[in-house]
Amino acid sequence: MRNKILLIFLFIFFVFCFFIFYKSINNTNSYKPNIKLGKILKNFDAIEFFSENEINSNEIFVDNKYYIINIWATWCAPCRKEHPKLIELSKKKSAKLIGINYKDNLKKAKKFIGEFGNPFSVILFDKKGILAIELGAYAIPETYIIDENKKILKKYLGALTNDNLKEINSILK
Amino acid sequence: MKKFFFYFFLLFLFNFSLAHSIENKNILKNKISKNIRCLICQGQSIYDSQSDFAVSIKLVIDKKINEGFNEDEIYNYLKDQYGQWILYDPGFNEKTLVLWILPILLFLVGGAIILKKIVIKKL
Repeated sequence: MRNKILLIFLFIFFVFCFFIFYKSINNTNSYKPNIKLGKILKNFDAIEFFSENEINSNEIFVDNKYYIINIWATWCAPCRKEHPKLIELSKKKSAKLIGINYKDNLKKAKKFIGEFGNPFSVILFDKKGILAIELGAYAIPETYIIDENKKILKKYLGALTNDNLKEINSILK
Repeated sequence: MKKFFFYFFLLFLFNFSLAHSIENKNILKNKISKNIRCLICQGQSIYDSQSDFAVSIKLVIDKKINEGFNEDEIYNYLKDQYGQWILYDPGFNEKTLVLWILPILLFLVGGAIILKKIVIKKL
């Protein structure tokens, strides 16, 4: 009887171990961020890109149904790749595009915008990357879709794809 | 001359307390940084990493310390932004229940088995 209990206990233990290892094998080593949606964006102060004056988020989030925040930099190759998609998104009247220029050289960034076009209604200059962290960013580029109540509806990590664009268009309808 | 020494002493005291407070802040900053996981690195803490993410998080920790946040408040702030995974020392909640309970459970079961064997031997 005792041996039977021991065998059952061992069997359960091995099944448990197998389950844990099986799950671990299927997971990759690289971390996949757990994107937190539904969070309300807190008030923040930032530096406006062109005037270099301080601006409060309350002055930015006004009158629009949706806001698209895009974190970018000139030194980031995927940001350059997604720029035409942002230009396309800027044509949507239901959304206001807000750019956050992350840890960049202001002169180079201004040149970049002059050269490739400015899809953003407002650009904020995040010299030290603090604003990006306060928004919950991991790396760049990142794009957030925010509603009129400053609620984060969607986060896209990495350069926007055509599928992302389709999804954004369906949200903005 | 007395006045000069008085002001010199005050300046010395002020500098000393300033240096002491900066040192305390740095100790706290380093302690927190060592307990925060660099989410885009492989097995590194924020303290060890020089990635953009880590550098920015260190700046945010610095900012929060200057704003008067204590250690727990900073952990909670970062946990709120990035989830439980950012902390190296996971708190007790429904997701970490097994992690916390299992060692105690195994210890109790093992202890009970050993105790039982000892009691049986004595009898």
